[in-house]
Amino acid sequence: MSTEVERVTTSKRTLEPKVLWLTAAASFLVSLGVFVVLSMAGITSGFDIVATVLWSAFLYVALSYVMSRIVEGKRKATDRLVAGVVTSAFVIALLPLISLIYTTVADGLNRLDGTFFSSSMRNIVGEGGGGLHALIGTLEVTLAASIISIPIGIMTAIYLVEYGRGKLAQAVTFLIDVMTGIPSIVAGLFAFALFAIFFGPGIRFGIGGAVALSLLMIPVVVRSTEEMLKLVPNELREASYALGVPKWLTVVKVVLPTAIAGIITGVMIAISRIIGETAPLLIIAGLSTNMNYDLFNDRMTTLPVFVYTQYANPGRDAQAYLDRAWTGALVLILIVMALNIIARILAKVLAPKGQR
Amino acid sequence: MTSATTSQPALRAPRRLGDRVFSIAATTSGVIILVVLASVAIFLVSKSVPALVATDKEVTDVGMSFWGNIGPLVFGTIWAAALALLFAVPFAIAIALFISHYAPRRIAQGLGYAIDLLAAIPSVVYGLWGIMVLAPAVQPIYVWLVDNVGWFPLFAGPVSGTGRTVLTVAVVLAVMILPIITALSREIFLQTPRLHEEAALALGATKWEMIKMAVLPFGRPGIISATMLGLGRALGETMAVAMVLSPAVIVSFALLQSQNPTTIAANIALNFPEAHDLGVNVLIATGLVLFIITLIVNSLARFIVNRRKAFSGAN
Repeated sequence: MSTEVERVTTSKRTLEPKVLWLTAAASFLVSLGVFVVLSMAGITSGFDIVATVLWSAFLYVALSYVMSRIVEGKRKATDRLVAGVVTSAFVIALLPLISLIYTTVADGLNRLDGTFFSSSMRNIVGEGGGGLHALIGTLEVTLAASIISIPIGIMTAIYLVEYGRGKLAQAVTFLIDVMTGIPSIVAGLFAFALFAIFFGPGIRFGIGGAVALSLLMIPVVVRSTEEMLKLVPNELREASYALGVPKWLTVVKVVLPTAIAGIITGVMIAISRIIGETAPLLIIAGLSTNMNYDLFNDRMTTLPVFVYTQYANPGRDAQAYLDRAWTGALVLILIVMALNIIARILAKVLAPKGQR
Repeated sequence: MTSATTSQPALRAPRRLGDRVFSIAATTSGVIILVVLASVAIFLVSKSVPALVATDKEVTDVGMSFWGNIGPLVFGTIWAAALALLFAVPFAIAIALFISHYAPRRIAQGLGYAIDLLAAIPSVVYGLWGIMVLAPAVQPIYVWLVDNVGWFPLFAGPVSGTGRTVLTVAVVLAVMILPIITALSREIFLQTPRLHEEAALALGATKWEMIKMAVLPFGRPGIISATMLGLGRALGETMAVAMVLSPAVIVSFALLQSQNPTTIAANIALNFPEAHDLGVNVLIATGLVLFIITLIVNSLARFIVNRRKAFSGAN
């Protein structure tokens, strides 16, 4: 090790936790006071809670370092400093999350009404209108992508774990890694290049979006399913073979049921990832303000594209478009969160019995 | 052995129909992956070739040339992603350490979920947040920076009036890749052999000295590959950049001006809906370049991970 353990120079004296708590409270009160005065004097516009929290954290870390340096010595002081920095880093990282969720909920509630869920954007130039066409589009495109990806993904994972030996399996493993890294916009370009060859360069339809999304979804499904199948103990497979059960029935009746909780969780996470994709759909599914139930014909808008276009191409009343964008974002986040939560609950409920 | 076995020369399970069908189905799925990736490469290349060999007249007709744009676009892509990494990596390592070694055990997992939540939020929502909340909030800071440290080339004026600069984009991208880097580093930190940690503590090391001597050296390859995976994600990110940045096809290191180098992905997203004829080919060709860059970065990350697996004695 390059760092020598220094001669133990720590004194017997230590900082009481009580003193540290007092320091924390004092630094919070001081920064609170400073910022309240600043806002009342009109130097800053309004009271800034974020700056208050940041400054009190900074004050506390600095103060506790100095105090610890005086009382406990250098090594203990560095230790406290790092603990303070690491904790502040975590708190700072939570700020964007809190701000994002707060803004989305606050601004999204403006238009979270019946009209949003019952009308499309057809012939709408100002207020009113809604995202029903986008919801239908999201539902159909995601469903189509899942129908393509889930069987291919799960069968590929079964191939890799149960059958795959030699060159082909190695190549497939490598290519799954490559697929995981495909940027979503490249997936959209691929779907466009593929369908433009058959249908001409103006092609925009929902199923193209589904193909692009499958390209992004398959590697996630394969990876998570593969991990889960590898967790199934070999003893179970051998016991099944010993009873004379053929291999395919062993996979279907023994291996898959044991791993089903993890597989479903993985699939749900994969769906929640692709449901928020915008870029590939912008390219191959196009923009539309009308209802369109037909995947194979005409442009189809999904919820993320709806959010983007509402923001990017506002009409006469810009605020109305922005409100719709935030409501779309809120609905999108709610869907993704619901999928994640359902996935976790299913994982708990379906987990093989007797392991805990 | 009895004569019964000798009368059956090969004691082999009969090849059942179900077995054969299932095995073929599984193998076919594997082959489909191969075919799909091969066709991605073939279609992208075939659609890019017209842009690569376009004559000057065709280029002026459509107003977009591949060779004229690709340099600034590659620069912008790498520049934005590198800035994002600069912000994200120190935070990610600190947060991973906080969750693995500092947070109380009982709530550590819950805190991990909170960070993972950041990964679940769709990129278009990040874009909306970046443009409506973050950019106006940081714009006064940019004004201050340009006024006071404007002599430093990165902070050179004139300052952007909207806050839609490459620095804002880098912050949004950093928030987006933070959960990936954090999750992977956390896993690696948790795998540090307990005996190493306890040995360091038994020698009288403080917690930070223990982390410096035992946890970080053990986790270094993991941190590097996590960083590379985060870089791969930041390079390909489209919507957040397309929505927040006020773009231009230029090479510039200034962080706070209203002319910012745009990225390949954002450029495609913004221009594709109106592109026609050769313009489409040019955009697809730039997409191919992006694909190759991310492929190299991701392969490097996998290579580091796999090399570590082969040499570590932990498994």
